[in-house]
Amino acid sequence: MINDGTLEKLKILAGAAKYDVSCASSGSNRPNTGKGIGNASPWGICHSFTEDGRCVSLLKIMLTNYCQYDCAYCINRRSNDIPRTAFSPAEIVELTIEFYRRNYIEGLFLSSGVVKTPNHTMQMLTKVAQDLRTIHNYNGYIHLKSIPGASPEMIREAGLYADRLSVNIEIPTEQNLKLLAPEKDYPGILQPMGIIRQGILENKENRRKYRNAPRFAPAGQSTQLIIGATADNDSQILTLASSLYRQQNLKRVYYSGFIPVNSYDKRLPMLVQPPLIRENRLYQADWLMRFYHFKVEEIVNDNHPDLDLELDPKLSYALRNPWMFPIDINKADYELILRIPGIGVKSAQLIIAARNFGRVNSGQLLKMGVVLKRAKYFLTCNELSSPTINEIRPEGLRRLFTEQTKGKKKDRNYGQLKLF
Amino acid sequence: MNIITYDKTFEGFLTAVFDCYDKKLTPITFVGFTEFQSILFGKEHPVITDAFKADRVWKGLHKKLSDTGCKMLAIDFLSELPDVELILYRYIRKVLESNVSIETNFGDSCVLEIYQLFKKVSRETERVRMFVRFQKTIDNIYFASFDPQYNVLPLTVHHFESRFADQSWIIYDTNRKYGFYYDLKSVNEISFDSSKIHPVTGTLDQSAFTEDEKLFQKLWKTYFKEIEIKERHNPSLHKRLLPKRYWKYLTEKQ
Ligand code: SF4
Repeated sequence: MINDGTLEKLKILAGAAKYDVSCASSGSNRPNTGKGIGNASPWGICHSFTEDGRCVSLLKIMLTNYCQYDCAYCINRRSNDIPRTAFSPAEIVELTIEFYRRNYIEGLFLSSGVVKTPNHTMQMLTKVAQDLRTIHNYNGYIHLKSIPGASPEMIREAGLYADRLSVNIEIPTEQNLKLLAPEKDYPGILQPMGIIRQGILENKENRRKYRNAPRFAPAGQSTQLIIGATADNDSQILTLASSLYRQQNLKRVYYSGFIPVNSYDKRLPMLVQPPLIRENRLYQADWLMRFYHFKVEEIVNDNHPDLDLELDPKLSYALRNPWMFPIDINKADYELILRIPGIGVKSAQLIIAARNFGRVNSGQLLKMGVVLKRAKYFLTCNELSSPTINEIRPEGLRRLFTEQTKGKKKDRNYGQLKLF
Repeated sequence: MNIITYDKTFEGFLTAVFDCYDKKLTPITFVGFTEFQSILFGKEHPVITDAFKADRVWKGLHKKLSDTGCKMLAIDFLSELPDVELILYRYIRKVLESNVSIETNFGDSCVLEIYQLFKKVSRETERVRMFVRFQKTIDNIYFASFDPQYNVLPLTVHHFESRFADQSWIIYDTNRKYGFYYDLKSVNEISFDSSKIHPVTGTLDQSAFTEDEKLFQKLWKTYFKEIEIKERHNPSLHKRLLPKRYWKYLTEKQ
């Protein structure tokens, strides 16, 4: 089945899929039944890292890069004159299994351009997953892209074989999506999300009652937002993300700095570099919402619609709210300790545990992994009496921290030019 | 000035703990029988591994520590750090002598050290799971070699056994010169003539592998190259995430 032609196809269809940044393989727990191939581990495993520093966990490819849609931000849009090809389901199945057996990957992430009809495309994707599961007894991870416009039945079918389903929103506001992707609309994206959400909830209920009920997308669903292809601000982006986490139970929202692929299209901004720092800040903010008990309006709001590019969002929050510091680490609640810049989830947990045995001092904090040269301005403990944010003032600290980071980041050379 | 010599097994170490208590010894170091040199100042106390004594200590620890807490000790031991026995010994004494559980007293540097070492060894275990690459041999065995910083191969066996249940495989530690072989039924420890392992590539001679092995390696390398987004090229981040010492074993970095 696999031959030299496969190599050429792989080049084209891996290249076509690489702009979807999701590569997570976590959240599923599929045992290897009946001595088949593979299992899915709940925490996910990265198997390599690309030279741009992204995790390689899944064989991320497109079934085909033919597409009848014309989304402005996409390399595969129909008006682009690029080499096009398609895999047969059997080729993908074989590639997945052979890569998996060599421990190159955790599984498959399959997406596709829209060919014939959305339902037809979705059916092809599902067929690959179904063959892997039912013919080859493959229990590794499978992530399928849900094709915009596919029917509810098709999506439900896909969820029976996939660990994760994703519908990409791509553009953070509805009017800009309409502008850049005329064939798509928000209802067409949110409806499948609702169906997946419903499927997952029902399945959980069923599996509580019947332990052997088949799984439905056990690793949940995710989506991607493209950053910097439109003028949408960080507040709009994070508010959307926050509502997706709360209302659609999404596992992950990915932020993808726009790579200027179709520079001829005048609807797109001229970017010299993808907005990588901004993308990084959005991930940090997302992290604060998911693991640090931050509400979205504490991170961005009408007064601060955009994240600070010079400082991480937690530090930036602290400088805007000096009144809550210094925090006494021997008395404060866990949630409050998490707000101290330089203290992460792990060290916060260590502090809480250690407090049961006696007061914690700065030497101990340092050993626990607290970044004291940052945290010291925001906390008090047993003996520490260095000046805090109240003496140095937020402006002073801001100067101090931005100078520190400038020294460090010289080599990163992230630049961006916005021309809106 | 007591120097404990023993067989370098975990059971041997637990026996040594028993003997130290029993004979009221204060150890200054623990070394393997073969490592002991009489120029070291101190009195040698050879320990004969004894399942009964080891079990007594292990049970005693279970009374004071959670299961995870006990497991951490066994995992820390695999770090093979030169003074790991002393680190463990100091901790065990504290645990046994305290009336309350001190397991989560992270303000105590002994306790924190045990926990942090556990994290390090676990990270290396995870890297074996991540970076091991199998190559298919003409005998239909998927072969992988590796030289983890710590002696963590035993901690990965369960993972590979449940994942690759329908293929025979070998994972070999080229530095410690032993490995594990799964023959579709069970996993057994093996070791073979180290001249079979090429000192530079760290793997078997190319003639040992099947024809299509080369094809799949080529496909994988092509894939790996193709998915990089050139506009995001970031070699320093790449090296931080994928440290150079693993490259030798990574098909995509050849
Ligand atoms: S539908 Fe998907 S593949 Fe087709 S142009 Fe739009 S984003 Fe690209």
